[in-house]
Amino acid sequence: MTFRNLMVTILFMIMLFFLVAGNCFSDELDRFKGEKQILRISGGTAHIPVMKEAAKRIMTFNPDIRITIAGGGSGAGIKQVGEGLVDIGNSGRKATEAEINKYGLKMIKWAIDGVAAVVNPKNRIKTLTRQELQDIFSGKITNWKELGGNDKPINVYTRDKASGTRSVFWKKALKKSDITNKANVVVSNGAMKTAVKNDPYSIGYISVGFINDSVFAIVLDGVKPTLDSVKQGHYKVARGLYSNTKGDAKGLAKKFIDYLLGPDGRKMVLEKGFIPVN
Amino acid sequence: MDIKETIFKSIFFSASVFSAGITLFISGFMIVLALPILKQGLFFDMLTSPWAPDHGLFGLGPMIVGTICIAFMALVISFPISLGCSFFIGILNPKGLGKWLKKMVESMTAIPTVIYGFVGIFLLVPLVRELFLKGSGMCILSAAIMLSVLISPTMILFFVDSFARVPQSDLNAVDALGGNTVQKFFYVVLPHSWKGMLTGIILSFGRAMGDTLIALMISGNSVAFPGSVLDSARTLTAHIALIIAADFDSIEFKTIFLGGIFLYIMTSASIILTKFLFRKKNNK
Repeated sequence: MTFRNLMVTILFMIMLFFLVAGNCFSDELDRFKGEKQILRISGGTAHIPVMKEAAKRIMTFNPDIRITIAGGGSGAGIKQVGEGLVDIGNSGRKATEAEINKYGLKMIKWAIDGVAAVVNPKNRIKTLTRQELQDIFSGKITNWKELGGNDKPINVYTRDKASGTRSVFWKKALKKSDITNKANVVVSNGAMKTAVKNDPYSIGYISVGFINDSVFAIVLDGVKPTLDSVKQGHYKVARGLYSNTKGDAKGLAKKFIDYLLGPDGRKMVLEKGFIPVN
Repeated sequence: MDIKETIFKSIFFSASVFSAGITLFISGFMIVLALPILKQGLFFDMLTSPWAPDHGLFGLGPMIVGTICIAFMALVISFPISLGCSFFIGILNPKGLGKWLKKMVESMTAIPTVIYGFVGIFLLVPLVRELFLKGSGMCILSAAIMLSVLISPTMILFFVDSFARVPQSDLNAVDALGGNTVQKFFYVVLPHSWKGMLTGIILSFGRAMGDTLIALMISGNSVAFPGSVLDSARTLTAHIALIIAADFDSIEFKTIFLGGIFLYIMTSASIILTKFLFRKKNNK
């Protein structure tokens, strides 16, 4: 085999790769051809990274489509989609019986996500038991010293009532025990991450998909909250990520959700730190 | 000409009726929506009791205290700064520098509050936390400092305007008597212009109380009664913003209209007070 032949073979393979890759790419996005509408999405803040990525890809493929993404929390997402203010309302918890009946909602679960207690990376405390976690959030333990850390008061951060992350954490990690009224309240997963990252004596909780080096995920009862431990069911504080529509999804909303559930969407979900559902 | 005049008059008249009507409509709207709670005779309970929805307590007491504390403290911080700044612009004015400073202050009014919120979170909050070694830095003090920056342009511009209304002849008289600038300021300018200054103070107070974003971003939003200026606190406006996403049928959601009424009462009271002072001054 001459050098020339080798070059031709490599070139051919590169071309083949692009042909195949290009095909896969366009197959997935082909359904958005010819669409010209606006798609409004709001609600759960854990969903936002995936929503943004999907919106970016779709709008690059077809610039005639406009996709707007807002936060607000799961409660807001459910309420707004029910009232017809948005096309897709995201929630990080199941819609309640009452909400489903009132608005005729259809839920689609496209990912599984964990909720982890997080502290500042500088904090010496890396593990907690569930009881200790409850005592911290209820205000019984108020100083890191009591847990073997520095002599600093604990700054507890929580989310507002509309948060699906809060409702899952409260139910599954805190077992519905009280959250102290001295806790600071922030309004999104992103804001929680910023707050914990900036405050060395803080504790809060965020979606596992949001965890990176800037915050430390507490090992709870010996289990570290990671993609794997959530997937295998070892880490119990987990929930589904849902997209809700009023009635069955139609038009662009349906195509968007189908895209999330397709191979491209699943890959995207995984890249953003969540577990795609089958 | 006559017809033209009538047309213009009626246009302006209807515009003013419309805007006044909206204000009244909003207050009516809030009262109607808060009626289920007002009917239960819980108005005064709401004023004082704590907020613990899981235990059936929906008091707005901590938020009212938080609102007043933050707004009042913002005023206390902002007043001396604004006074000094407007003294510099209006009276000292070395080499015409005052004109430029005034232009800068005017452009400050155009900065959106979210920018102040950002600056607060990334610069002020860590500073306050490390300086006082207590709490998270998200507290009444941080919010008040940021709010004082927000309201100071209003105050400065009002102060400068009222200084400018002091008759030139009075100022000349001080100069003729050999009084220095500071004496001129304290014995002539301040007695002449304190009513205009008061208007500015009251309006800034209203603005500090009505601002949502700064408080929401940096005051911490805890629902406990604040015990010190380094404690986290929640304002009524931030409270409404946080609760509005809850479902429509919950009691929490209904109570935010009551919160709206409290805010409405507090801000309109400050504006009515301003108007009252204005009229007195004009009659004089």
